[in-house]
Amino acid sequence: MKLLKSLAASASALAMLASAASAEISGGVVKIGVLTDLSATYSDIAGEGAAVAAQMAVDEFGGKVAGAPIEIVVADHQNKADIAANKAREWGDTEGVDAFAELVTTSVAMAVFEVAKQQNKLALVSGAASSPLTNDACIPTGLHWTYNTRALAVGTGSAIVKEGGDSWYFLTADYAFGEALQNDVSKVVEAAGGKVVGAAKHPFPASDFSSFILQAQASGAKIIGLANAGADTVNAIKAAHEFGVVAAGQKIAGLLVFLPNVKSIGQEVAQGLQMTVSFYWDMDDETRAWSQKFYEKTGKMPTGVQAGTYSSVLHYLKAIEATGSDDTDTVLAKMREMPVQDMFAKNGVLRTDGRMVHDMYLAEVKAPSESTGEWDILKILRTIPGEEAFGPLSESTCPTK
Amino acid sequence: MNSKIGYLIAIALLLTAPLVIYPVFLMKLLCFALFASAFNLILGYGGLLSFGHAAFFGGAAYVTGHALKVWGLPTELGILTGTAAAGILGLLIGMIAIRRQGIYFAMITLAMAQMVYFLFISAPFTGGENGLQGVPRGTALGIVDLQNDMNMYYFVLVIFGLAYFLISRTVNSPFGQVLSAIRDNEARATSLGYDVDKYKLLAFVLSSTLAGLAGSTKTVVFQLASLTDAHWHMSGEVVLMTLLGGLGTIVGPSVGAGIIIALQNYLASGPLAAWVPVVLGLIFVACVLAFRRGVVGELREFLKKSF
Amino acid sequence: MLTDLLGFPPQVLFGQLLLGLINGAFYAVLSLGLAVIFGLLNIVNFAHGALYMLGAFATLGLTKWLGIGYWGALIFAPIIVGIFGIVLERLLLRRLAGVDHLYGLLLTFGLALVIEGTFVKLFGSSGMPYSAPAELSGGVNLGFMFLPWYRGWVVVAALIACGATWFLFEKTKIGAYLRAGTENPRLLQAFGVNVPLLTTLAYGYGVALAAFAGVLAAPITQVNPLMGSNLIIVVFAVVVIGGMGSIMGAVVTGLAMGVIEGLTKVFWPEASSTVIFVVMAIVLVLRPAGLFGKTA
Repeated sequence: MKLLKSLAASASALAMLASAASAEISGGVVKIGVLTDLSATYSDIAGEGAAVAAQMAVDEFGGKVAGAPIEIVVADHQNKADIAANKAREWGDTEGVDAFAELVTTSVAMAVFEVAKQQNKLALVSGAASSPLTNDACIPTGLHWTYNTRALAVGTGSAIVKEGGDSWYFLTADYAFGEALQNDVSKVVEAAGGKVVGAAKHPFPASDFSSFILQAQASGAKIIGLANAGADTVNAIKAAHEFGVVAAGQKIAGLLVFLPNVKSIGQEVAQGLQMTVSFYWDMDDETRAWSQKFYEKTGKMPTGVQAGTYSSVLHYLKAIEATGSDDTDTVLAKMREMPVQDMFAKNGVLRTDGRMVHDMYLAEVKAPSESTGEWDILKILRTIPGEEAFGPLSESTCPTK
Repeated sequence: MNSKIGYLIAIALLLTAPLVIYPVFLMKLLCFALFASAFNLILGYGGLLSFGHAAFFGGAAYVTGHALKVWGLPTELGILTGTAAAGILGLLIGMIAIRRQGIYFAMITLAMAQMVYFLFISAPFTGGENGLQGVPRGTALGIVDLQNDMNMYYFVLVIFGLAYFLISRTVNSPFGQVLSAIRDNEARATSLGYDVDKYKLLAFVLSSTLAGLAGSTKTVVFQLASLTDAHWHMSGEVVLMTLLGGLGTIVGPSVGAGIIIALQNYLASGPLAAWVPVVLGLIFVACVLAFRRGVVGELREFLKKSF
Repeated sequence: MLTDLLGFPPQVLFGQLLLGLINGAFYAVLSLGLAVIFGLLNIVNFAHGALYMLGAFATLGLTKWLGIGYWGALIFAPIIVGIFGIVLERLLLRRLAGVDHLYGLLLTFGLALVIEGTFVKLFGSSGMPYSAPAELSGGVNLGFMFLPWYRGWVVVAALIACGATWFLFEKTKIGAYLRAGTENPRLLQAFGVNVPLLTTLAYGYGVALAAFAGVLAAPITQVNPLMGSNLIIVVFAVVVIGGMGSIMGAVVTGLAMGVIEGLTKVFWPEASSTVIFVVMAIVLVLRPAGLFGKTA
């Protein structure tokens, strides 16, 4: 009898403990909203793969953190800021979503920033690239995880100047992201003693680059810098190749290129292309193991955006586990305190301006003859230390840093 | 009599809806219902298929966003500025487009709107791809805080109510009658001495102005204006809403907008998320082939037959 | 010297003119297809851009699954897509006979959404590469520019297609029927000609032309599910400018608009995406029926 009583007592104590643990978790569940492009231009770079990556982080926790279940909800924003803002607002207001993740394209990230600021929720940006996200446009709870235009500039830009590419002509996508990228690269080039001889803005998206390539050709610049992304970059590189630009001695610098883009261009054409990446699947055992798992789920190797989504969600969950709470400020403080340590980032630091500082890599597209398999596409030339890639915190113009 | 009861029920539902349904969703619905109703003026009553109404919707959205964010105008004034801008744009495009009819009219409005879209992409005040973010909602009449979703909802409801009233009055006015006469037989209207082009242009401007009102209001609700609002897919969507609800019926466009917006919202979080454009396309095809009268039109026909 | 005078190197000017001509070739073939379809069906085929895309995908598929290369695709891709078009016409468009022509536009708009959406879902949207045939790789230095052989071939092929269409319509018996069908289908039916069959064939032919343009485009732009979605609107503007009256009109306007666009890229690159629409507005004010149109 006595035994039974004590058993019952300890059981109820356990139950109380459990409920105490999850009492710190709002709504008894940790909900992460993955807002991504499932159907349009960036669905290959982010898309379903990003949702899979986020789920892989959750699976590593066995679906539970601090005694509460973790739930991932996914929505397609079609690269439309209004759809994204609407969905984020609805998730926050009615479904108890605690954090927004992925958020590809700058316009989407900025729209979700507005919502996140009002609702005081975390925005874990992976896909959007513009560096203003942790500068003028920053918010206290907006975290920029994977890369930014400054890092791309530092990586690819300075490497090319070092090799003698000291005069540049830009083909720039005619919108804010293209301008941000061109600005950041111009700074790097000029600081290294190179000069920018001109730029042509092209419509976004542009299907035929031949005329812009002609202008770049006539400029006489040694380097044609592509301040654009996705299909635009692919088309520009193909056009440059077709018009004998490379054969005539000018070099192409793709400033934001992803694995699927290289596959689109074709390795034959893309070989020798230098690019700055935040992640490559074939770097070490950890990345290979994770990427293999990813491959089994999606049939593709992960992009940096997808791996970065995994890392940001994982770090977020680790902070919840450590604090036992999903309160935004508590978790954010813990996320800043803990180093980011996973297969994506080694000793990454989350700064107060929202920038996650980690190493970036300068890579080169292999020649087809060097490749041993379908996905053996890049070789890493150099590791760019995080501080060099993203600059010091003092450089950030974020008012709340 | 019947319709009066119907309206009373509708008003009661609209007043109480935000207690049950998420208000931001309802506001979106009202904005698009207004957009479709405005569009219906030119397609349903004027018989002119405009494939460029996104230019007015998006244009007004940008102007309102700019007026509120950069100029710091009061909310009401910002909305009016955007609406007026859409009206002026409507006049410019209308003057060119009404020179042709039918299919040509559709292609011209589409092309003109695409031109406006490209201008928006490169114009500095639109923020290009990033759009205008963080537009302040401000206050209504300087006292009611619109940051509160409930207040905002009733503010939008008032705008919608006024515009809806204006549209239904227009349709039943002598002007509306002449417009329908032109739609049914342009040659006859001309021979009766009506300046057909003037009527068409007026209808087009009115329609674009009200479409602008919808765009302006949407900017305030969502606090942003983006290229989506001006893209030709938006023009297509509003055609679909109107067609699905019922061309040339007063309530049809609102019903159509409700169905499409609800569907988009529902699909976006389900397993069919990536299929949204396909589903919209299929509805389009089904509408055109099987029920051209739209939901409301078919319903009305059914009631007519059964009673 | 000349550079100082013009403010830009002359090779840029000549190069852009030539490139404009190449773009114009695409506009010409696509607007020609639209004109053929419009002639008999009175439908503005909004799905034209999607069918153009299908042509490019068919090229890709033929190579990948059947091992048929570019030259084979140039023939088979238009046939396959043309048959698809015939099925669409028989199953769907046919039902719109006697209804306001605007519904044809709406139906094909819906079809475009369905086709493009499906391909985005199946193949993603970042596009797939397709290389020009080995025979046409490389190019020639013309002194003022480097002309890739493939680009030159595009102009030649487009002109051949346009010429063949002209021959078909103006010099053959079928062409005579088709022209008669455009003018007065009922009378033609009364003469014992199978007009519905003729209509189906016309749609199939117009679609095949779009697919042919798609094959030509495959090595130039990447093969992308949305490759036709913005192009089609430019082609609409071209059609409005030229008027859908004649084959020559479509071809000449298409080429001319390409050249104008090319020139704009030299003098004011930012305006290059809007210039055709501006031309359209001006033409509408001065000559509402279009440059080659018969009546308003």
